[in-house]
Order: sequence, then structure tokens, then C-alpha cells
Amino acid sequence: MKIPVGRIAHTRSGDKGDVSNIGVIAYDERHYPILTREVTAARVKAFFGTLVKGDVERYEMPNIGALNFVMREALGGGGTVSLRLDAQGKTLGAALLRLEIEADEQELGNPA
Amino acid sequence: MIRIANGQGFWGDWLEAPVRLVEQGPIDYLTLDYLAEVTMSILQKQRKKDPDLGYARDFPPLMARLARELRERGVRVVANAGGVNPLACAREVRRLAPQLKVAVVLGDDIFERIDELLARGHELRNMDTGAPLSSIRSRLLSANAYIGAFPLAEALATGADVVITGRCADAALALAPMIQRFGWREDDWDRLAAGTVAGHVVECGPQCTGGNCQADWKSIPHMEEIGYPFIEAEPDGTMTITKHPGTGGRVNLATVKEQLVYEVGDPRCYMTPDVVADFTSVRLKETGPDRVRISRAHGAPRPEMLKVSLNYAAGWKAIATLVYSWPEALEKARAADRIVRERLRRLGLPFDAVETEYFGVNACHGPAAAPVEDPPEVQLRIGVRGEDRPAVERFTREVVPLVLSGPPGATGYGEGRPQAREVVAYWPALVPRLAVQPRVEVVA
Repeated sequence: MKIPVGRIAHTRSGDKGDVSNIGVIAYDERHYPILTREVTAARVKAFFGTLVKGDVERYEMPNIGALNFVMREALGGGGTVSLRLDAQGKTLGAALLRLEIEADEQELGNPA
Repeated sequence: MIRIANGQGFWGDWLEAPVRLVEQGPIDYLTLDYLAEVTMSILQKQRKKDPDLGYARDFPPLMARLARELRERGVRVVANAGGVNPLACAREVRRLAPQLKVAVVLGDDIFERIDELLARGHELRNMDTGAPLSSIRSRLLSANAYIGAFPLAEALATGADVVITGRCADAALALAPMIQRFGWREDDWDRLAAGTVAGHVVECGPQCTGGNCQADWKSIPHMEEIGYPFIEAEPDGTMTITKHPGTGGRVNLATVKEQLVYEVGDPRCYMTPDVVADFTSVRLKETGPDRVRISRAHGAPRPEMLKVSLNYAAGWKAIATLVYSWPEALEKARAADRIVRERLRRLGLPFDAVETEYFGVNACHGPAAAPVEDPPEVQLRIGVRGEDRPAVERFTREVVPLVLSGPPGATGYGEGRPQAREVVAYWPALVPRLAVQPRVEVVA
């Protein structure tokens, strides 16, 4: 079935120049494999569309059940140059909570 | 074990936080992180106007306010409050709090040596775009290398109550006391990585104690008196993130994980001047209420190149706004945008960028925003940027007139036309470690 990322994960995002990164963290580390399977760099790139002009790279952090997405040319020039309201990408992590992914009841289980 | 607290996550953070950290429980070191990427250029401009300025002006009065308690409680301060003028900052602290011994770390400012470095063949290419520094050399405003923790530890070894630095790695503020107290060596990679990871977790202050935390945010208690973090550091590299008992906020796996991933690139290679820390090596464990232990950090040898933060003048920008009300607020705002753009086109003004956002609809999330149907109000937000100041000035006259000459129901223009602002842009680059010579000075 389809669920939003926000059902099994929380996020935080920020900036380094024109690069924004989003950490996607499983609430329950047993759900980390769902994130690695479903939340790919290509899907994140497609989700943000024209907002992210450069590449999206994904890094895995199995030790904390998290993925880190590094998105280039994502902030309209970044920092002081950008004309965007969210020039530092503070809210991009929250946007990603809405991304729909596939997960079945069994693997979602009943987190203790 | 030593306790290292962080009482400021940026210049402009909560003024009461450092005072509460000192007064509400035992700590051994108080770090204060004032410098964001663009802060240095703002400070550079201030020093140009007045050679006695160019540092975080909040800091000397804070030291005066805390001086007695720092001495009584044996708390020592490590702060990057020096900005582009650490000596002037130190003199002002001495003037306001003469009982405090102050040491400064100098050598991060390499602005005067840029031409020499370029002449020696260092191109200082932009780490993000690859462009050589020569393309913006004439517009350069500041150049500061990120200093590591060892010079800061040396400054602590002078017995100073207060150590003031300019640009240094954020995590170095917390790592320096560990190096000095535990006698860690320059090749203790795992322990340096442990201190760096902990320093990274506390460098944004309350962002690891429940601030800006998505996980179960509604249940985080007493944010109005949120406890700022401190590290309980052990000589073997075990770190515990915690806060004073009885303060607001929360420290648990979720709050620490969110900060661990904050503004990180490749988590296996978190580079500082002191070590390359592997964030995927650490283990986190909740060891009590509001306590998270970080262990098993792994570090690799420090990089041969140091990061330099350069800033340069990059033209002008202005952002104009106007609010449209229901019904059809978004359609009205879009129509207004088309009118403004057509008028700008007819004026033939040269801009590098024109960007429109609809606040209330897509300003935060752009094309990824959740759809809304006929919102009660929408703020039109148009920004322009360009080299030509008069063109940007002219743009600031082109939005407010739509109140009379555009779609119906515009308001929210009470502030009048917007200001054209100078853009100071950030240029990250690398220089060889040997090109930077940090040194410590005790200020009498």
C-alpha cells in the first residue's frame, strides 16, 4: 500500500551555500530497509522538480537508520544570493514527508 | 569527565541561554558559536567603517555580565566571537571585565595574502562551481581559513578564562577543551572524531535539545525555557549529550539524530582541520532521561588542505511583496506577477534573476508543495537580482502601484517600497595547510 514518508520517518534539512541536504530518519530502525528501498535519489530529485536544478546524491547511515540526501543547485544560488523565502532550505525536509512510498503491512509491523 | 556547553548557535541567538547554562547547573566550559558563513563579510564591512569593530558585539557585555560567576564556578569560555577582529574583541572584554584573563587565536584572516597565494599558483577555486577566484578577485571582501582545535587548546593552556577566535571549525570550539584537558595527540584520530561528532551535535545549541525537532514536536515540554546542550566528555572518547535537569526541551535519540544529519554532506567523511570523522561509525544510546551517549566514533587522518571562507560583492537585490485576498487570491497574484514582469520587460532592465513565489501556496516547498484550493489570502513575492544598482532600485518602484492598477483586493503594502540591498556572496575554497599559521596571544 501507499504511505507518506512522514508515517515512518522524520527529517531535518539545511544548507551549505547552494547545496541543501535532507536527513531522513526512521522512527523505528526496523523501517530503515523500507527507506533505502523506496526513497531513492532519483525519486527525491523528481519530487522537487524544478526546485532542485543540480544532482541529488544519497548517502546511507545504517548506524542511525537514516538516509542523507545532498541536493546541488537547490537554493536559487544559496545564502545571501538567493531570492527565495527559504534560501537556506530549512523547510525542504518537511516537504519530503509527503512523498508517497510503497510498504506492506507485514514490514510495517507493530513497532514496540 | 568534563562538561562542555554551547550557549549560542548563531549571532542573534537567545541572549539568556549562556547565562542559564552557567547558573542552572555545573559546567566546565562554555562555548559560543557566533559565526555563520555570511557573518564574516558583515563584520568585514563594519571593520572597514571603524577599525575597532568587526566582532560579535553581543559578546563583551555578556562576559561582563558573567565575569564573577565564571570565576567563582571555574567556567572557562571558548568563543569565535572575534570575527574579523579578535584583538579588538579581546580588548573590549578586558575593558568591561578586567578580572578575566583573555587569550586570542590569530592567523585565520588571510585576506592580505590572497594575491601572494594566487601568484604562487593556488587558484582558490570555488568548491561548488569550480570557478577560479581570479574571476571575482576585484570584488573580494574577506578571506578566512577555518582553524582547527589545536591552536584553541594551546590558548586554553595559557590559563586564560576566555579564549577568543576568528573563523574556526564550529566543532573545534568543543573539541579544544578535550584536547587540552585529556592531552589528546594530533593523531588520536578516533578520539578527535568523537569530540568532533559531539561538537557537531551541540554547535547549533538547542537544535539537539528539542528545538526545530519534527519528531513528536507537540509533546516537547517547556520550549520557553529550553535547556541548551552540554557534552559530558570522557578521556576515552565516550560522549554524552545532555542538558541541565529541570530545563525545558528534550534530549533523546530523535533529537540527537536530527542534529547529527544537519548540514552534512558525505557522512563517512565529515572534514574538519583536525580529523575526517565517520558519522556512520558512531553508536547512539539513551542512557537516562535527557541523556544520549555517543560512542565508537572512528576518525581518519586530517586533510592536507584547509577550507577557506571567502566573501565577495555580488551586485544588488530587492524583494517586493503584495497580498491578495480571497476569492481567487492565487489567480489575482499570478495576474499581478504577469503585469509586473511585462512592465519590467518594457523598461528593458538588466537582471540576472527574477523569481516569483506565492507565499501561502508554494514559497517554502515550490513545485513539491501540497496543493491548496482557493486559499483565503496569498502573498505575491517577487525578487530581482543584478549587477546594476539603478535597475534594482527601479524595480522597487514597480510593485506597489498595482494596488491601484492591478487585480482587485491588494493590500499589505504598508511598509512602502522595498530596499535594494547589496549582495555579499559566499565562496568556499581550499588552501594548503602550510599557508595558514595560527598563533596565540594573551591580551594584557
